[in-house]
Amino acid sequence: MSKIVKGLYYTNTHEWVKVEDGFAYIGITDYAQESLGEIVFVELPEEETAVEAGEEFGAIESVKAASDIISPVTGTIVVVNDELEDSPELLNEDPYENWIVKVDLEDETELNKLLNADEYEDICE
Amino acid sequence: MYYDKLIFEISTPGRKGYSLPDTGIPAAPIDASLQRTAPAELPEVSELETLRHYTNVSFKNFGIEKGFYPLGSCTMKYNPKINQDIANREAFQIHPLQPASTVQGMLEIYYETQRILSELSGLDTFTLNSYAGAHGELVGLMIMKKYHEDRGDLKRTKVIVPDSAHGTNPASATVAGFESVEVKSNKDGTVHIEDLKQVLGDDIAGIMLTNPNTVGMFEKDILAIAELVHEAGGLLYYDGANLNPLLGVARPGDMGFDIMHINLHKTFSTPHGGGGPGSGPVGVKAFLADYLPRPVVKKENDQYTIDYDAPDAIGQISHFFGNIGVVVKAYTYLLTVGKEHFSEVGKFSVLNANYIKESLKDLYELPIDDICKHEFVFNGLKDKSAHVTTLDVAKRLLDYDVHPPTIYFPLVFKEALMIEPPETESKQTIDQFIAIMRKVAEEAKTDPDLVKGAPYTTVVRRLDEAQAARNPIVKYRDLT
Repeated sequence: MSKIVKGLYYTNTHEWVKVEDGFAYIGITDYAQESLGEIVFVELPEEETAVEAGEEFGAIESVKAASDIISPVTGTIVVVNDELEDSPELLNEDPYENWIVKVDLEDETELNKLLNADEYEDICE
Repeated sequence: MYYDKLIFEISTPGRKGYSLPDTGIPAAPIDASLQRTAPAELPEVSELETLRHYTNVSFKNFGIEKGFYPLGSCTMKYNPKINQDIANREAFQIHPLQPASTVQGMLEIYYETQRILSELSGLDTFTLNSYAGAHGELVGLMIMKKYHEDRGDLKRTKVIVPDSAHGTNPASATVAGFESVEVKSNKDGTVHIEDLKQVLGDDIAGIMLTNPNTVGMFEKDILAIAELVHEAGGLLYYDGANLNPLLGVARPGDMGFDIMHINLHKTFSTPHGGGGPGSGPVGVKAFLADYLPRPVVKKENDQYTIDYDAPDAIGQISHFFGNIGVVVKAYTYLLTVGKEHFSEVGKFSVLNANYIKESLKDLYELPIDDICKHEFVFNGLKDKSAHVTTLDVAKRLLDYDVHPPTIYFPLVFKEALMIEPPETESKQTIDQFIAIMRKVAEEAKTDPDLVKGAPYTTVVRRLDEAQAARNPIVKYRDLT
């Protein structure tokens, strides 16, 4: 059973969002990292890139597959976790601790469209 | 013993494997500026050393001539030796710039192959100039693009691709300058009609489909899909990767497809993978024929001519006629099988796949329990309690001298194990494979660590794929 953290927002494409001070931290879920297997490369966006909810902003490559990372929110990427460039395995080790990007949210009400932990759990079953 | 030498490492200065007679022609002076300053770095080996070297290297390879190769989506059928024998003949040692009058035989083979492919597929005209499958996809999409542009219909910028499609489809669409739009699949990988209706519109250039699809199921709604796409003004592209089961039974052209490619290196028995090269002929319905790339082979009064003008062509997409030697091999195969036997190719590949599926579904999880075409997908072992994964099963098969099936594709199942047994395999081979698969499933239950540690009998043990991808070492000597 993969781990799901209460209090985060989720997407049905297996990203999570944590909101702090109007900024959204985006990562992939435990279910996602487990399904992908050992992650070997994370294609990261540039800082100051505009992202739109539902659009891809990067990609993750594992020994099994390459998969897009879909932004759950609209806004501007202010910080990229570039540690993932050299250590992509961090996403396997702790997917909830290691966020991928920090986004300056354009519209916080957009978060209401995302799933909560319970709703996300139903999808993973 | 593990053989790990390069031919340069067995080189001994001065050793030769040949002796040439004196030509009697005096050496011509070469300008000093053109002369080498250091001797060429060539291996100096005897004939026997050369033979041993390459024989040893070949033992490291697994090929269709060594064992069963049920690689899903790849149609690893046997390539009869006569194909190679014919292609090696002196008659085909010709130059692409020779006048057409001196290469009539080759042009006839080109023309006739095109005609036979038309008959088998239901598409009116083919080009054989594209080098391989993905190249064929690109050519087909360029034709689709030019068709819409010539009609002044410039808003068609999107191509629909099912989420279960081969990865090359969205990639080709992007390279051709389209945006790819995903359409959802039903549980059996077939197109979700309601979802398709949602994305159809006047911005859609066309749809790319594989039929049977990537999980081996026939797209039963294909006529309805074709009608919907055509009504919306789009064209239908057929990805020919899975054409084998339909041979002599059903034709993409009759299903409503307007453009398709064929992988000669899959369906028509020419070498494949590293042993290629490939060839990906592209066929179109008559209304698109003028867009086919230059050069075009034509037949006029029993004479074959080469047309380099073709004013409406999308352009030239290859040097001359693509991989023409591959076409000679495919033509040989087409004539060897013969018109009256082609339906057996499709039917036996389907029978083989269904026989394996039914013989193993008690031990392996079968997510789509239905009649499949030439291939099908298991979702790993049925009993997952010992945490033996599809990767472990694949590695264990190596110990039994079987090439593993395709694993972790298609992405719709987490533990995908995709099996395609072509028609060229005997019942004995297939029964043996079934017995091995059953044995591995048994081992996974009684001794899971044995399976997780496999392979044991190969020249190298299980490799750390993650480490290899994260920190690739590309210089061979750094490995030791």
